[in-house]
Amino acid sequence: MSDWIEACAADDIDEEDVLRFDHAGRTFAIYRSPEDEFFATDGLCTHEQIHLSQGLVMGDIIECPKHNGRFNYKTGAARGAPVCVNLRTYPVKVDDGKVFIRMAD
Amino acid sequence: MTVTPSARDYSLVGESARRAVESGLAAAEWYHTDIPRKQMKELMQRSDAPAIRDTAIWLGLLVAFGAAGAALWGSWWCVPFFLCYGVLYGSATDARWHECGHGTAFKTQWMNDAVYQIACFMIMRNPVTWRWSHTRHHTDTVIVGRDPEIAVMRPPDLLRVVLNFFGLLDAWHAMVDMVRNAAGVIGKEEATFIPESEQPRAIRIARIWLAIYLATIALALYLGSWLPLMLVGLPRLYGAWHHVLTGLLQHGGLADNVVDHRLNSRTVLMNPVSRFIYWNMNYHVEHHMFPMVPYHALPRLHEMIKHDLPAPSQSMWAGYREMLPAFLRQLRNEDYFIKRELPPTARPYREEFHSEAALAAQ
Repeated sequence: MSDWIEACAADDIDEEDVLRFDHAGRTFAIYRSPEDEFFATDGLCTHEQIHLSQGLVMGDIIECPKHNGRFNYKTGAARGAPVCVNLRTYPVKVDDGKVFIRMAD
Repeated sequence: MTVTPSARDYSLVGESARRAVESGLAAAEWYHTDIPRKQMKELMQRSDAPAIRDTAIWLGLLVAFGAAGAALWGSWWCVPFFLCYGVLYGSATDARWHECGHGTAFKTQWMNDAVYQIACFMIMRNPVTWRWSHTRHHTDTVIVGRDPEIAVMRPPDLLRVVLNFFGLLDAWHAMVDMVRNAAGVIGKEEATFIPESEQPRAIRIARIWLAIYLATIALALYLGSWLPLMLVGLPRLYGAWHHVLTGLLQHGGLADNVVDHRLNSRTVLMNPVSRFIYWNMNYHVEHHMFPMVPYHALPRLHEMIKHDLPAPSQSMWAGYREMLPAFLRQLRNEDYFIKRELPPTARPYREEFHSEAALAAQ
């Protein structure tokens, strides 16, 4: 499956913020950067199963709300303890004010 | 229904640990008070200014009291200066390693890291080991067999509590752990929460610290004076009392094996000096519920969610008047705990998690 899935309206997310999106039994995090770009990752921290959508976006970084684990949400790269495993990222496009993500197989 | 007293196994590799995983208590979903996203983001915002100010005051006083104590060494006039120095060394560092470990004290990460390393050395907590143990403490707060940071186990060992007001057991165990780690050995329990990739760092730091302590002891022997050890190492003992005084209140006498911080953590209103030393960790329910809120925003968070929390203890004295009788009662019945009343405005506790424990506590 590689279809684009509508996740939310672009206006649903403030700049430098994150929104949770659940689809087909999976959970994702959709980000809007300070530069007004959109990104998507898996919704749960790779350290423990905590929703990143409750965390804090600081520039390129999403910080897990439970243990301060940090990721670069643009690349998915883990940025120090207690996270050691990178986040999976997904392609995102904005069309007619709506945010779409493409899920990998 | 007959309720037999529970036997708690605080080992991280024992029977309680296995039961916690099987029952879903480990890495469970915890209760959170609802806070609108906009307000939560405001509370989580980082700032360097408050922590730079507080760190400058802390280090400035540390140097001033230490210098005065050293200058007056040999006379009784040095005593009050060392008493103050000790608290700043052996107690204020408990809050500073903690907050900087969360990465919330400063906005700038290297500042968090620098203060974290300094404070860890003073409080004698390996910065790698304790980063991971504290991560577990937040995942499984006061879950028996999972939380490595339960200060008072049941039934309470009151002698151990008293000795720790002088840092005696904590410092002894810290020294043993440091020597063991420096020898390249990571303990079986440590290995349950420190990832393998991080263990070499724990060993490297233990070796550096051991070298510093040996150099301090050598200097003391060379000078024929206790003074070097009064400045490095011993303050962890003679200055520990304040962090134990405040730290026991965090969870003492409250429920274990529950997934609601309102039941297992205590908020205590404190005087401004203690709050400076303790970096606002007296707002402990709030801290556990939302650990990414910086220490300087905790009073605001408290005001925002107090309608959903048990009333705070009005002073340390009030906290101890509640906690100490519970410790004494736990000597006879280790299942006893204090169940704190919620205000009428609060969402109720999830009784299905607590009914069995409450029955056993009677």
